[in-house]
Amino acid sequence: MGVTSKLGNLGVVTTTLDTAINWGRTGAMWPLLFGLACCAIEYMSTQASNYDLSRFGMELNRATPRQADLLIVSGRVTRKMAPVVRQLYDQMASPKWVISMGDCASCGGVYNNYAVVQGVDEIIPVDVYVAGCPPRPEQLLDGIVMLHEKVRRETIKEWA
Amino acid sequence: MNVLRGFATTFKHILEEPVTIQYPEQSIEFQERYKGRHELHRYENGLEKCIGCALCAAACPADAIWVEAAENTDEVRFSPGERYAKTYEINMMRCIYCGYCEDACPTEAIVLGHEHRLSFTSRSEAIFTKDVLLVEAPEGTQATPQRVRPGTFDRSIPDMEDPL
Repeated sequence: MGVTSKLGNLGVVTTTLDTAINWGRTGAMWPLLFGLACCAIEYMSTQASNYDLSRFGMELNRATPRQADLLIVSGRVTRKMAPVVRQLYDQMASPKWVISMGDCASCGGVYNNYAVVQGVDEIIPVDVYVAGCPPRPEQLLDGIVMLHEKVRRETIKEWA
Repeated sequence: MNVLRGFATTFKHILEEPVTIQYPEQSIEFQERYKGRHELHRYENGLEKCIGCALCAAACPADAIWVEAAENTDEVRFSPGERYAKTYEINMMRCIYCGYCEDACPTEAIVLGHEHRLSFTSRSEAIFTKDVLLVEAPEGTQATPQRVRPGTFDRSIPDMEDPL
C-alpha cells in the first residue's frame, strides 16, 4: 500500500521521506489532555517548567482526541473507565501512539483486584511501558525518548 | 500605569536563570534515599548475600517478587548457609518501589539502587531475572558457584566484612 506500491521501490527517495516524516512526527507529538490518577500529577510536573515537555514539541495537550497523536494513560484503568479509554483511543486520528505510564496502567500494579484492568494493553495497543509508582518526570521523559526512537524506526513500507 | 506595573513584573523575570533541567543531557542528583531499580548484593569474597528465604516476596505488597530456593553444597556454593535463590525474579512493572523487600531482607541482599531508566516496549522485558539483578563479583574474586572448604560457610550470616 501507499507510496511504494504505487511507484515501486524508490530507494533513497523513500528513505529520505521516512526521515522527514518521522522527524515531523517526533517533533510535534501532541498528547491528549487525559489523566487518571496519581501518575497524572507527575505528568503535570513533567509539563511544568522544571522538566518542560515543550522541549520535545509536546507543549500542547489537546483536549480532544481528534487532535491528539499520543495517549499517555497515566493511572489505573478501572473496568468502568475501560470503555471510555477505548473510545478515546478510537477517536484519535492515525498515526497514534500510546504510552502506558506507571505500574497500574502497565499491568495493574498493586491493584490486583476485580475492579482494575490488569494492564491497559488488554484494551488498547501500547507502544512504551514506563515503570514506576508513580514514575518520576525523568522516567516519563525516558519513556518519551524511547517512543521517539521507536517512531524514527518506522518506515513507509510498513504503513497499512 | 497598570500596564507598566504589569510589564515591570515581566522584565524582572527576564533576567532570571531558566529553571528547566535539560533532562536527557543533564540530570539532577537523586537523594540518597531515592528508591530505584533493585540490586542483589554480594559479600566481599563473591558469595551472594541472598539465601532464598523469600521474605521479600512475602513482604511485597504488589506480589512482584518470585523466589525459588535450592540447596547449597560445599562443592557448588552460591551463598552462605543451607540455601540460595535458584530463581529470583522481580516484575519491574508490578513493583511499586516501596522498599519493603529491603526492610524484610535478613541479610541485606536486596537493595533499591538509584537506576531509574525503566521503560520497556513489551511486558516480558520488565521481568528482571537474577543475572540482571545480581551485581558483579568484586575484583579478584570468583563468581558464584564457588567451591569452598567444608565447614566454612555453614551459617546463613557469616563472619565476613559486609560491603554494600
